[in-house]
Amino acid sequence: MKYKVLIIIPAFNEEATIVNVLKGLQKECPDYDILVVNDASVDNTSLLARSIQHVSVVDLPVNLGIGGAVQTGLRYANRKNYDCAVQFDADGQHRAEDVSLLVELVLSGDWDVAIGSRFVGDSKIELENILRRFGIRIFEILSLLLIQKRIRDHTSGFRAFSKKAVSFIMKEYPVDYPEPEIVVLLARNKFRIKETFTQMYSRQGGVSSIPVYKGPYYMFKVMIAMTMACLRPREL
Amino acid sequence: MFLVMDKIQIISIIASLLIFAAVVNLVRHRKLKTEYSLIWLTVSLIFIIFSFWRTGIEKLANLLGIAYAPSVLFIILLVGIVLILIEFSIIISKQSERIKVLIQEMALLKHEIDAKFEAHGQEKSEIEKEQHLSEGNQ
Repeated sequence: MKYKVLIIIPAFNEEATIVNVLKGLQKECPDYDILVVNDASVDNTSLLARSIQHVSVVDLPVNLGIGGAVQTGLRYANRKNYDCAVQFDADGQHRAEDVSLLVELVLSGDWDVAIGSRFVGDSKIELENILRRFGIRIFEILSLLLIQKRIRDHTSGFRAFSKKAVSFIMKEYPVDYPEPEIVVLLARNKFRIKETFTQMYSRQGGVSSIPVYKGPYYMFKVMIAMTMACLRPREL
Repeated sequence: MFLVMDKIQIISIIASLLIFAAVVNLVRHRKLKTEYSLIWLTVSLIFIIFSFWRTGIEKLANLLGIAYAPSVLFIILLVGIVLILIEFSIIISKQSERIKVLIQEMALLKHEIDAKFEAHGQEKSEIEKEQHLSEGNQ
């Protein structure tokens, strides 16, 4: 049986990198469908994505933030009955070669969620920015407390979801900084999460979604959100 | 004097704990989004801290030149409420702008779809029938 796999690429002002990212994905994963969710970019992201054949592009009329864009892709995957949905960044941080790694973990049926992580395995990376390292470390400890599971790279935006996980998280997806909260929500509802090492390039274009001055707010919001996700009544 | 302080302290503690618990519960049941709960949680937490920590509130009162210490709690509350209201105004402004764009986009889309169907020689009523059908299916 052939599985249907969708690669979801949330994109906000990524004209510098989007073409190369799409071409790389088509070369490495010719069997997977690609969906670009253009989150109301003000540059040529949508036009450039559309210029590449066999890529579906959804333009959001208003900017929803990363979570809203990914959620759009998840809804699309659910509607079209995909067996696996992969979230992949448009800024060229992730390697197209690693997509099938995550997809196979999910399609094997052993895992519901596969997270591409910088910090596991033999060739793991150390972040240079000490603040970021500290923040990610705090998420790791908090998730250990909340869901008794060690997730090292909570902020990774490189993830594969099974069909069941897609239909669960597409209903409610946090709008800003969703990644750590989603992990807690999924783990709390007994989804099986696997973290695996994937190489990560430094960003080729665009800017980080978390500028330094937003750091404390980001930490506060995400920690509260993770805790709340764990306090919620179980749904499955 | 101390009796009055005690009374207001108990009231403050109970009220701030209640607000905090209510906000947490709303978020738990998804009636309040986490990002909108942050300011409520922060303000009620500050309130809880100062309700318990009386020397803190007296120090703050001295600093601000307020003779009656418990009224610092009211100032904190007032500042908190103003902040929350400003946040609400920002959210409402953002939402009204987004809704406007959505309505415009939707009208334009409908126009485009209508134009396409008309070009294919289909009657408008049929399109509307299909619309009703798809609405029923969802």
